[in-house]
Amino acid sequence: MDSKLGKSWLLAGYVFLYLPIVTLIVFSFNDSKMVTLWGGFTFKWYGVIAHDTEVVDGFILSMKVALMTATASVVLGMLAAFAMVRYKSFFGRTTFAAHINAPLVVPEVITGLSLLLFFVMCEKLFGMPERGIFTIWAGHTSIGMAYAAVVIQSRLLEMDKSLEEAAMDLGCKPFQVFYLVTLPLIVQSIMSAWLLTFTISLDDVVSTAFLSGPGSTTLPIVILSRARLGLNPTVNAIATITVAVVAVGVLATSMWLSRQERMRAAEQSAAYREGMQVVEA
Amino acid sequence: MDIAKRVEKNGFLRFLKRDWGKRSVIGIPYVFLIVFFSLPFLVVLKLSVSEADGIHYEDLASYVDGIVNIKIKLSNYIFLSSDPLYVETYWSSVKFATINTVICLIIGYPFAYFMARSAPGIRPALLMLVSLPFWTSYLLRVYAWKGLLDDHGVFNNILMWAHLIDEPIKMMHTGFSMTIGMVYTYVPFMILPLYATLVKMDLRLLEAAKDLGATPWKAFWLVTVPLSKNGIVAGSMLVFIPSVGEYVIPELLGGPSTLMIGRVLWDEFFSNNDWAMASSVAVTMVGLILIPLVIFNKYQADSGGAKGV
Repeated sequence: MDSKLGKSWLLAGYVFLYLPIVTLIVFSFNDSKMVTLWGGFTFKWYGVIAHDTEVVDGFILSMKVALMTATASVVLGMLAAFAMVRYKSFFGRTTFAAHINAPLVVPEVITGLSLLLFFVMCEKLFGMPERGIFTIWAGHTSIGMAYAAVVIQSRLLEMDKSLEEAAMDLGCKPFQVFYLVTLPLIVQSIMSAWLLTFTISLDDVVSTAFLSGPGSTTLPIVILSRARLGLNPTVNAIATITVAVVAVGVLATSMWLSRQERMRAAEQSAAYREGMQVVEA
Repeated sequence: MDIAKRVEKNGFLRFLKRDWGKRSVIGIPYVFLIVFFSLPFLVVLKLSVSEADGIHYEDLASYVDGIVNIKIKLSNYIFLSSDPLYVETYWSSVKFATINTVICLIIGYPFAYFMARSAPGIRPALLMLVSLPFWTSYLLRVYAWKGLLDDHGVFNNILMWAHLIDEPIKMMHTGFSMTIGMVYTYVPFMILPLYATLVKMDLRLLEAAKDLGATPWKAFWLVTVPLSKNGIVAGSMLVFIPSVGEYVIPELLGGPSTLMIGRVLWDEFFSNNDWAMASSVAVTMVGLILIPLVIFNKYQADSGGAKGV
């Protein structure tokens, strides 16, 4: 293949991927009632959303749900990943695997609808739970833990088990092995799983629409209801803030993670070298 | 002493293998998924065959005067399979998902190919640039296309300003706008697995093909494409399955002519308040997704056996 074609294909692809995001950002600074007609530079839409209680409340609720979801998803996903990787046979393992993977392929309209009907049934039988932050969290977590399990599972599979065995030989207690050896080795995947489930939850609109009650509107629900009606500069301003936060967050995390990785590699090779010196002496 | 035995005696694995440890590691996520994923789906299954009036529904089984009555109502399903609107919606969902998958493959395959053949030093950056949009809100990225494709949107404004057209071209709320939105959203799901298989490919195979007299084109079709089959299948599944049930894209970018099953379910539930009907649509939708999944699993099982070749 000639490289000119290659380069232009890649360039065109990236333009396709980034053009919509760039226009979103550009038109958030547009001082005109017509959202897509340039009328001068302004920050006014940022002021408007800062005083928009619907947006601010939605944002706060979204952050709460996302924090709860990411944390629960990572804990549950980690347990599920351990179960899948460390136990090659237990009663119902195939069903267990299917349960972990199913939320990844089932469309969210179905996840949302079924959970809502389930909660309505529970409410009839037990008088709880009411639709709100808990029901949204349950929906997000059942999807999020599936993603977390996949991410952590792949790390556990490639992990060198001899390190755990060595720690045990040196007299570590089970929990010590987990905290001192296993956890540091998989912390990268835990961090990325946490971030992934956090953004999935922050972004989720379909299952949330089914599971939220009258007083619990998340930010994506606010955005969807405005976007349905047409173009709206406040949505552009929200988008720009999101993109900025995400870009900074992802870059910072990936830099931190790669530094951690390099440090660990250096420590490991230093330890190895010392060990060899001892052996030689 | 045998290492495995020492491990067994000594620690972490024993902790995991001790019954209560094992039970909670498996049990906690299992119970969570059963309660919040499987049970709810059984509720949907039940409701789809229940006698219902709007949001009130009867129990399937009743016990009157010593007789257990079990009522299973299939009329929803009969209606679904005979009503032309629903049949058409199913077809149209499959059609749009297929079109989306094919276009993603046409755009994504060369993209992944050129990425995998670029200088190793810039590959991480190229990869990062593909996955970065993932991290920003999908809802906002779909909304962005509204601003580009609207009658008074960016594209029409530019074309009018350049006097290439006098009247705005109608792009929004058509099959065109919806397909663009779907391709835009799902093309990274195609690129990433394809890249993963293409980057691992042994380039000496292409040299061998060349030595044996194959033209670059022929080598591409006879060597590269067959070797990347796993990536093609995985990417196509990752694109096809979620796009069948898509709601947000048809809602924001589609129009009256772009029927999608996810949107019909939503309307059935939120606008018509017909919970039983929405449940039946959900059950048939699962059926629609199971077919490609079964094929995919069978394919994976088959190719797993042939991996040694």
